[in-house]
Amino acid sequence: MAERTEVVFVDGVRTPFGRAGEKGMYWNTRADDLVVKAITGLMERNPSVPGERIDDVAIAATTQAGDQGLTLGRTAALLAGLPVTVPGFAIDRMCAGAMTSVTTMGAAIGFGAYDLAIAGGVEHMGRHPMGAGVDPNPRFLSERLVSEDALNMGATAERIHDRFPEYTKDRSDRYALRSQQKVAAAYEAGKIQPDLVSIATRSAAGWGLATRDEAPRPETTLEGLAGLKTPFRPHGRITAGNASGLNDGATACLLASGGAAKELGLSVKMKLVSFAFAGVEPEVMGLGPVPSTEKALRKAGLSITDIGLFELNEAFAVQVISFLDHFGIDDDDPRVNEYGGAIAIGHPLASSGVRLMNQLASQFAEHPEVRYGLTAMCIGLGQGGTVIWENPHFNKKAAKR
Amino acid sequence: MTSTTSTPIDYATVDFSPLVVVSGDEVVTHSLVRDVPLSGGRTLALLTLDNGRDHTRPNTLGPVTLLEFSAVMDELTARAGRGEIHGVAVTGKPFILAAGADLSKVSEIPSREVGKLLAQLGHFSLGKLSTLGVPSFVFINGLALGGGLEVALNADYRTVDESVPAIALPEVFLGLIPGWGGSYLLPNLVGIENALKVIVENPLKNNRTLTGPDALKLGIADTMFRSVTFLEDSIRWADGVIAGNVTVSRPNAPGKIERLVKWDAAIGIARKMLESRIGTVAASPYAALDLIKAAKSGTKAEAFAREDDALADLISGDQLPASIYSFNLVQKRAKRPAGAPDKALARPIGKVGVIGAGLMASQFALLFVRRLKVPVVITDLDQARVDKGVAYIHGEIQTLQDKGRISSDEANRLRALVTGTTDKADFADADWVIEAVFEELGVKQDVFAEIEKHISPTAVLATNTSSLSVEQIGAKLAHPERLVGFHFFNPVAVMPLIEVVNTPTTDEATLSTAMVIAAKLRKNAVITRDTPGFVVNRVLAKLLGEAMHAVDTGTPFEVVNGALASFGLPMTPFELLELVGLKVGAHVLDTHHAAFPDRFFESTNLHRLAEHGKILDRNSSGKITGFDKGAVKIVAGGTTPITAEQILRRVEDGLADEIKRMLDDDVVHAPEDIDLCMLLGAGWPFQMGGITPYLDRVGASERVFGGTFHTPMVRGVGSAAPASSTPVLS
Repeated sequence: MAERTEVVFVDGVRTPFGRAGEKGMYWNTRADDLVVKAITGLMERNPSVPGERIDDVAIAATTQAGDQGLTLGRTAALLAGLPVTVPGFAIDRMCAGAMTSVTTMGAAIGFGAYDLAIAGGVEHMGRHPMGAGVDPNPRFLSERLVSEDALNMGATAERIHDRFPEYTKDRSDRYALRSQQKVAAAYEAGKIQPDLVSIATRSAAGWGLATRDEAPRPETTLEGLAGLKTPFRPHGRITAGNASGLNDGATACLLASGGAAKELGLSVKMKLVSFAFAGVEPEVMGLGPVPSTEKALRKAGLSITDIGLFELNEAFAVQVISFLDHFGIDDDDPRVNEYGGAIAIGHPLASSGVRLMNQLASQFAEHPEVRYGLTAMCIGLGQGGTVIWENPHFNKKAAKR
Repeated sequence: MTSTTSTPIDYATVDFSPLVVVSGDEVVTHSLVRDVPLSGGRTLALLTLDNGRDHTRPNTLGPVTLLEFSAVMDELTARAGRGEIHGVAVTGKPFILAAGADLSKVSEIPSREVGKLLAQLGHFSLGKLSTLGVPSFVFINGLALGGGLEVALNADYRTVDESVPAIALPEVFLGLIPGWGGSYLLPNLVGIENALKVIVENPLKNNRTLTGPDALKLGIADTMFRSVTFLEDSIRWADGVIAGNVTVSRPNAPGKIERLVKWDAAIGIARKMLESRIGTVAASPYAALDLIKAAKSGTKAEAFAREDDALADLISGDQLPASIYSFNLVQKRAKRPAGAPDKALARPIGKVGVIGAGLMASQFALLFVRRLKVPVVITDLDQARVDKGVAYIHGEIQTLQDKGRISSDEANRLRALVTGTTDKADFADADWVIEAVFEELGVKQDVFAEIEKHISPTAVLATNTSSLSVEQIGAKLAHPERLVGFHFFNPVAVMPLIEVVNTPTTDEATLSTAMVIAAKLRKNAVITRDTPGFVVNRVLAKLLGEAMHAVDTGTPFEVVNGALASFGLPMTPFELLELVGLKVGAHVLDTHHAAFPDRFFESTNLHRLAEHGKILDRNSSGKITGFDKGAVKIVAGGTTPITAEQILRRVEDGLADEIKRMLDDDVVHAPEDIDLCMLLGAGWPFQMGGITPYLDRVGASERVFGGTFHTPMVRGVGSAAPASSTPVLS
């Protein structure tokens, strides 16, 4: 393989994200069914892709047990009706599961091993509460390999506030409010809906149909946010309002080599430029996207100023603020999370990476003046992940205007 | 069947409360409604039928359920009128749309009038799907039987999930008719021939059901979607229909020509088929035919009124209770055999030995290897017979593979499991040894005594004898406690019954093993005592002995042949004799006469007929054309003929007497077991309830022993019950 193969993002879809728990719309829906329906929805939208040409199916989940176990990529492929000849596997990198599905499949395509691949993720946090069934090695604490806060994501976010006192609670709340407002506006403008796959949901009241995210609270006010409890510390800064919630949802996207996309006449929404993952101290895991982004930029030979659009996972407002602050970007820079983010939409852990990509892809189409964009997210136990994409709609003339 | 003209009435004026009175413990299937957004700002009201139980307790439609559905339909009609909803769709809980009317309630209906209310309530309630003011849809997501399918037929459009295993109108199988619109709506949706297939033919073919793809092909469903996104796709399709983007074509819907030319002819053909297959005793298939015939023309209201009357007649008649009784025996009692010991006592079976390599033995070997999937070894006197037996079994396995019933891997596996030997030592590790050798006591005794030297001390021995004493067969065994009777019916692969014969020496582990094996063979087992003929052959011997005796004493074949027509048996006595073989038949009569000389007739004539070879004349296609002249000559000479009525009376009373004796002697524990044996082992009809409900209702039981087999009797509320044992109905 002398030359690197071009890797393109053909299309991505997701289920509407639900609120986790008994009252959530997916309480009676299996996790594997969510990701299976994302895959069938993806294939239906791309009828010119022959199922047997899919070289692999990578599906991520953080808790790989029960309906999220049993080698999800393979079982989901079979359940989605893909030919038995299509292989599949499961991936886990906590919050960056789907992102890692994409980079792993993208790498295989780039190496020339694959032509077409499905990458996605699912997390049913109602059926699989965070941390359920985990058995951390006692050495983590006995040898002080990580601080006690490292395994509690809310506590890690409080630690960022500690480290950077200038990131006040009010600043986090303002960021969170804008996220809610941007999501509401994006829904109003019909920006979110096109990539949603409707899901039949069963409840004590009979069958229904999930067609929108369940978590957004467009009625949110700054006063309301200010009054919320801080569950991770007395008089802390992290609240349910300035963090992403506990959610259920699934995503799936189709990646292809440039050659296969051309051969099958597939439209290209984004081109993969580079990616990187990086580690930080687990107790400030929210800082992870900073080093991963620097690494990805370096690999791509780009600088932060080359990036015209950002899709950052809003695990916590303070964690996004730390990223923006590091790179000298305003909290309300219009290039960042144009449609809002996880604080409003929700963050079903291992599924979120592809949601960021779906939204960046839509924005690329609307912004021919932008050449590069990036998707980035923080990851539990102190990691960050970044993927840099090129806009195939980029137009020099538009850029000059 | 009442022949008065049915007049449509306004169902809204009917008081259905008498039905609610008998529905105290109904498991109500609720009508749950949620709104679903459609394109263009429109809304679909999605109604889920859900009884709140899991799929093992399917949704059923009782009176309270129907009244709730009706009330919800009224609300939806009002909402449609206000422009709040633009369509209504009905679907079910996972795997189940609905399994039809709740038949457990039918026996509690106190009168024909209340029975009619049940028909009317179904029409009243389900009929509202066609008067909502907006399009109605049913998404057939799972099991849809009887009234469950009629829910769908009453709607404007239907989708079906391609994985649905069972869609059917099985009413005729149970002595009913599709009475909530099905008899009218289905032929007008899918055409006369398809409707006849679904309503009449399939129920009589062992209650055959349709799959999702079948339903699509027949035109019952307008479109089909795969399971993974069935509901999502159905909603999207309904959205398209409502928006006008999807047009629905129904190529099977009957046109003018079909109504003018094909309709009555198809009914005529179906009627002939019915008459030749099941005779004319069973009422419901003919009631269904009449309704389907009338569905050719007239209004829906008129058709519904006809269904109301037909259903009321059947619900209050004798055949429906007997059919439901039979259905429960076959569905429930057969699954939990009376007197079966703890399954945990059963010995594990890792290898099967079959003594004999003839046709019967080979059929056993094939059945055992297919169902148990353990090594099966067959043996016979010489290598040539053994080779022939193995070759037969391999051939049958090949046939199964060629038909696509088993994969090539499975065929290889089964072939490799079947071996033949002339060395009895190869039986050493067999856990179950069954014999199918000549029906002679000495032969069977010796065969078992010989094999016992080779087998392990815990191996179970089974004999397929039909007429010998199982205990006697074990007389030369060192361990007779390991011997059990295991009586199959011919053809072995098809007939669902095994009589498991429990001798005084059979131990619990052996009996349990036999019961567990029978279940693994997917047969229904009934435990009987070791008495002559066990159950099925003893009852048949009584009937056939009486028939032959009438012939022997001078009654013409024709008279005897038609004398039992009111039973509605699948075959006349002489057809049955020819089916089992005249020689076997004569032998069966002999053994019973030998055992009970004062109650069972032997027939020298039958031996002579067996020598002659036939009784009936048949044309080239096997259809019976009359009686063979030679046969008639052989039996000539009797001087005291009796009438058909006398024969019928003798057979009815004789059966009542014999069955009472069998029960008093504890051959089986209950009349239910006798009936189960006759239903499964002899194919006696549901409408007779096997035999004992029939004997009760014709008064034979009362005449013979001054009582009844069942209290209350199994009969309809509309019948004139004998005064002595009128069932008490509240």
